Amino acid sequence: MAATIAEKIFSQRCGRAVRAGDVVMAPVDAAMIHDITGPLAVRVFREMGGARVYDPGRIIMLFDHQIPADSIPAAENHVFMRQFAEEQEIHNYDLLEGVCHQVVMEKGRAAPGEIIVGTDSHTCTYGAAGAFATGIGSTDMGFVLKFGALYFRVPESIHLEVNGTFGRRVGAKDLILSLAGDIGADGATYMALEFTGRAMREMNMAGRMTCANMAIEMGAKAGIVPPDAATWEYVAARRNIEPFDLAGDPDAAYAESRQYNVTDLAPQVAVPHNVDNVVDVGDVAGTKVDQIFIGSCTNGRYEDLAEAAEVLGTADAFATGVRVIVIPASRTEYLKALRAGLIERFVEAGALVEAPCCGPCMGGAFGLLAPGEVSLSTSNRNFRGRQGSTQASVYLASPATAAASALYGEITDPREV
Amino acid sequence: MRVWKFGDDIDTDAIIPGRFLTIYDPAELAKHAFEGTRDEFAKGAREGDIVVGGSNFGCGSSREHAPLALLGTGIRVVVAKSFARIFYRNAVNTGLLPLVCPGADEIRDGDAVSVDIGGGFIEVNGKRLPVEPVPGFLKKIVEAGGLVAYAKDLDRVETCSTE
Repeated sequence: MAATIAEKIFSQRCGRAVRAGDVVMAPVDAAMIHDITGPLAVRVFREMGGARVYDPGRIIMLFDHQIPADSIPAAENHVFMRQFAEEQEIHNYDLLEGVCHQVVMEKGRAAPGEIIVGTDSHTCTYGAAGAFATGIGSTDMGFVLKFGALYFRVPESIHLEVNGTFGRRVGAKDLILSLAGDIGADGATYMALEFTGRAMREMNMAGRMTCANMAIEMGAKAGIVPPDAATWEYVAARRNIEPFDLAGDPDAAYAESRQYNVTDLAPQVAVPHNVDNVVDVGDVAGTKVDQIFIGSCTNGRYEDLAEAAEVLGTADAFATGVRVIVIPASRTEYLKALRAGLIERFVEAGALVEAPCCGPCMGGAFGLLAPGEVSLSTSNRNFRGRQGSTQASVYLASPATAAASALYGEITDPREV
Repeated sequence: MRVWKFGDDIDTDAIIPGRFLTIYDPAELAKHAFEGTRDEFAKGAREGDIVVGGSNFGCGSSREHAPLALLGTGIRVVVAKSFARIFYRNAVNTGLLPLVCPGADEIRDGDAVSVDIGGGFIEVNGKRLPVEPVPGFLKKIVEAGGLVAYAKDLDRVETCSTE
């Protein structure tokens, strides 16, 4: 019987056919916890009478939101989590490797066909590896730590077919912002997005991660890119795995099907204070900015930094009066950028380059905005107060648009630089 | 019992800003609920008051601090036209009852309200507005008072069982 990719993953993991709408106690292949939501999950695990976690090898622990500890309570959380890791024999990446979603991907902890949960809403990023991955709360995670399974309602799916070829300095972030604008902040609630079409097949893994990452911004439970040669090459370079076929059937019962073409897509900007409030860059060009953040699980990879550096070109410096904060998403990506000379260029131009972490996107660690300030960010959320004061404004855009805007101190179309 | 009315797309950053996420105690979190968004809420909310939102209530982060902050103020019920998925499930798990009410737009800030869960409605200004029941598999968790109470006495679960 024809099935969506989400239905196939749950059917395969449960050993029998399940359909959208079914509620199953599905096995969890991997579970990610970090410094903010992890401590609560551990407490809940213990309140549930948990003594030993179901499988330490399937639990991924790391710290990325408040690192190095920015307060004594944050430091205490880190100590608490380290002790739990040691007691339970969980491998803890600690604060050494970077932002959780980048680390899970680059360490090969996500693979096609797996069911993965994380106590972070952007866990859907691993859909770029062909996994069914979704964000859960700490109490659900306590349950997962104890039992290795969780109730899932198998979601309906929206089939997205994206064709065409991106124009110069337009890419994955512009696509996903335009999709958020089209589908809306709750247009995919409880559903899975399937990203297909030529533009997705031609997109590199970094771009696919950007797209899958922001599925949650449409309310989606997961955002999955069917695995192809690029996926298998990425995953097989990181763990021992044999490729298999996994794709939604054309005649599966999709809740909806939407077609897009990126050929004429302009750089997109999400304007305050909602992610689905999306316009062409030209509509907001000239808006003065105080801070620019290039980084996060959405856009902190080497490819993103290279995109920003290409726009920076040979310019001597970023505009006076704009603070540019660059944060590679992981130690690995940092090293790649460092060895390619990108970090040197950013520092020369006046950027603050920070060690891999969530940075200003978290809105609680550093890089906070004062009332009235304006930020342009390559991250994923522009909610009121997300990066500091509720009287500040956050715009979301691609690394190319961020770099162009950093050169002029105002929102700038990267194609015109 | 009064209504605290909010609009559409109320996100979890608004319910509890990121800088308070090292706090886990509901009573402490409650002091910062809606800080910067609606400052009078944390001081004014009373045991049994109800938060009413529009569509997509609780969108954004998976932070369970959001339902905990509301619980800490004495809120036990959140009513909305629709909920974001993770918040909805977190609410059920922590013992905060999320009720989908298609007519939530009719409810105004400060209205007196009563909830009749068995009857499947809330009563506002003498008018009954139907609310949708929590789906079957979550009902057990609601009845237990949250997922901790539900899971405490379980030694194992049957993987791949269907509800």
